[in-house]
Amino acid sequence: MATQAPVTEGITQTAPRRLWLDVLHDWVTTVDHKKIGLMYIAYALIFLVIAGFEAVLMRIQLAIPNNHFVSPQAFNQLFTMHGTTMVFFVGMPILFGFGNYLVPLMIGARDMAFPRLNAFSFWISAFAGLLLYFSYLGGSGLYGAGSAPDVGWWAYAPLTLKAFSPGHSSDYWTISILLGGIGTIGTSINIVATAICMRCPGMTLGRMPLLVWLYTVMSSLVFVTISPLTAAQIMLLLDRYAGSHFFDTQAGGSAVLWMHFFWIFGHPEVYVLVLPAFAFANEIIPVFSRKAIFGYPAMVAASVGIGFISLSVWAHHMFTIGMTSGANTFFVLATMAISVPTGIKIFNWLATLWGGKIHFTASMMFAIGFLFQFLIAGLTGIMLSVAPFDWQLGGSYFVVAHFHYVLVGAILFMLFSAFYYWSPKMTGHMLSEKLGKWHFWLFLIGFHLTFDTMHVPGILGMARRIYTYEADRGWMGWNIIISIGAVFQTIATLIFVYNLVWSYFKGPVASADPWDAWTLEWSTQSPPPSYNFAADPVVRSRRPLWDLKHPDDPDWKYEA
Amino acid sequence: MLTRQLWLGIAAQMPSVTGSGSTSIFAPAGTPAHSIFGLSMLVLGITGAIFLVVGGLLLYVLLRYRHRAGDANASQEPPQIYGSNQIELSWTVIPILIVVMLFLATARIILATQDAPKPASALDVTVIGHQFWWEFRYPKLGIVTANELHIPVSDPKHPTPTYLSMTSADTDHSFWIPRLAGKMDLIPNRVNTMWIDPESPGLYLGQCAQYCGTQHALMLLRVYADTPAQFQAWVTHQQQSAVEDSDVTAGRSVFQHTACISCHTVAGTVATGTFGPDLTHMASRDTIASGAVPLTPANLRAFVDNPAQFKPGALMPAMHLNDHDLDAVTAYLMTLK
Repeated sequence: MATQAPVTEGITQTAPRRLWLDVLHDWVTTVDHKKIGLMYIAYALIFLVIAGFEAVLMRIQLAIPNNHFVSPQAFNQLFTMHGTTMVFFVGMPILFGFGNYLVPLMIGARDMAFPRLNAFSFWISAFAGLLLYFSYLGGSGLYGAGSAPDVGWWAYAPLTLKAFSPGHSSDYWTISILLGGIGTIGTSINIVATAICMRCPGMTLGRMPLLVWLYTVMSSLVFVTISPLTAAQIMLLLDRYAGSHFFDTQAGGSAVLWMHFFWIFGHPEVYVLVLPAFAFANEIIPVFSRKAIFGYPAMVAASVGIGFISLSVWAHHMFTIGMTSGANTFFVLATMAISVPTGIKIFNWLATLWGGKIHFTASMMFAIGFLFQFLIAGLTGIMLSVAPFDWQLGGSYFVVAHFHYVLVGAILFMLFSAFYYWSPKMTGHMLSEKLGKWHFWLFLIGFHLTFDTMHVPGILGMARRIYTYEADRGWMGWNIIISIGAVFQTIATLIFVYNLVWSYFKGPVASADPWDAWTLEWSTQSPPPSYNFAADPVVRSRRPLWDLKHPDDPDWKYEA
Repeated sequence: MLTRQLWLGIAAQMPSVTGSGSTSIFAPAGTPAHSIFGLSMLVLGITGAIFLVVGGLLLYVLLRYRHRAGDANASQEPPQIYGSNQIELSWTVIPILIVVMLFLATARIILATQDAPKPASALDVTVIGHQFWWEFRYPKLGIVTANELHIPVSDPKHPTPTYLSMTSADTDHSFWIPRLAGKMDLIPNRVNTMWIDPESPGLYLGQCAQYCGTQHALMLLRVYADTPAQFQAWVTHQQQSAVEDSDVTAGRSVFQHTACISCHTVAGTVATGTFGPDLTHMASRDTIASGAVPLTPANLRAFVDNPAQFKPGALMPAMHLNDHDLDAVTAYLMTLK
């Protein structure tokens, strides 16, 4: 199976320039997994910039005590919208975008299993994001004035009920999550079906790229966990409009019931977001170490194990709600247990690097940042799993620092790594390595200024979600440093956006296989033609392009 | 990386951060906070060691195995290694052993804190969370107060811990005094309990730690640990009915003829509202607006005039009193020692 001949290259390059309306029509009606993937990524990047801007506003407000930069109402909307946007309209869409783009290419398929479902899922998710932001015009919150949701991203009942949240801001929140969830479930079913049914000849499950394995586990988790979230949103709507009392504590409902529904979604959601980051690392670290991934079967087993265990740890978000000592103890054990398969992953990445020839490209530097930061995030996670320690740290800035270490330090770093690695494939143009390194170092400095420091005010007793704080608590110096870090991260992100735009118009043309990599997406041209592969590839091992490049020493000789 | 050094730095400064403004969890002043502190030091030690070992290995690998363009065989691929069952087994078993140890240490503290037998000498207080203030009821002493919790110091030889039964009148809240104990949520339709036993007299600060609405940030919390004599004096004082000062009859009249009385109680008068804090002895407190500002006549007057001046989002409406009435009501309230 040679690098596929670009049979249509001549045709596409001489095609006449089309009207913008034709281009638009093309994108709106497309069912091509690559175009949908790119639309997911573009839409998530827009929301990333919006939600990042909200974070900057919060950091200005919190830099000094008793600040009046924004009102408490506006601040509460900012953290609600920041969290909701980042989880539902940045994190999942951007990861689904990469999944959409890469899964069919990596298994030698021409498209997803259900192309039209794919388009539907994207458009309904996109609509849900716009609906959430329309609340700034059409909603009406705790205060009765038209505005955005202000109940926090986990929206604990009974704060979301009519008595405490009159108007429509909470409805915008509920309905946009509900609709976004439908799109999310659609795409996750699609990814699982694609991985199971669409693999090219020779690609057994044991030869499937780890990225595809992890996306399969992640997608399976999605449809197990988005379902209770969706159910809870429907129950909340019934409470608000149909007189039911699931969460209406004033009529005998249960506030704790909402917490269970939310966190049985909410904790696996962390793994929904982090498994794709692991997936990228599993592809990128081997290529830039020039070695096969160490312990492929253990990596698959650890990922599946994480998937299952993550379904039994949700109540560690609820250590302070007054559960019995028995329940607390159970959730401590379940939570600690998840560190074992996670540890296996870190060790296997280390062993992959060991004995390799490590190339420090911008992509690899972000991946190394991911390794260090995910290690720390895991260790602070162990601290929080110790329930009594959590009684102190839970609900404080320590937790905020911990989960941003996961979401930014691990997931966002790995996403940046994935951009530098795969965007040549997607756009046909290389990103600038020089700008990439500026991006890396500035973002690294900003990240550590902000999120290392943020652990400290938590230890000093600073609760999260407060729009201001007392001057005598000794928190101000730390908060200034945290806010300064945000400046660095903003500049770094702008460099990244500039790099994307520059590369698209002026970047050097990318070859089919610029990184000398081993998986099938690199066997077709950059960007791939709409049908991906002119002929179905046939594979004999986990690294088909390695076999091709090293006919004297192919992988399939060693794989059982 | 940096984080760990910062923690060590904080731990080293601990004796110096025990001033009354401190809310550091690493400056424990009661049994639950001490046992959490001990456990957290163990956890920090173990995770710190893991960080040094794994982080050190990672750093070593990056330096040792970086690609060198000048090498003779720079263009050759390194030897491909696909895995090793023995090695992978070892780095599965070792973490399992660490997890078991950490779990046992944790379970011990959970049981010691949650299932501690309640001594007969314990004081009972009911805590009710409101948007955005705290109600404290002492059922056996017949006292109702707000925002400033007075409890006796607990001598380890004759422990007098305070047991808090907690619930909420509206949304979720969380009671958190970092130096005394971990936090516990106040949830409507549910009663949670926790106990605190400050070892030395003084003021312990905290705040609501569960987002409860617009003014979550200024739902501050003050716990006064009194010596037995101070506490007894405080109890005796609080049990008396409201002061009736004939100098402020004008202010009392304004108070009793406006909407104040539908939300506030002043024991022994027509004011029997329960939606806002009990004001029977409000002038004996150090702060108003749930700790937002110190109690001074000027602050009180400004707050009655328009609560949003200090606490935008507070549920008390601006009363739109004229200057004369404002002065009179302020004078009246300041007599409610």
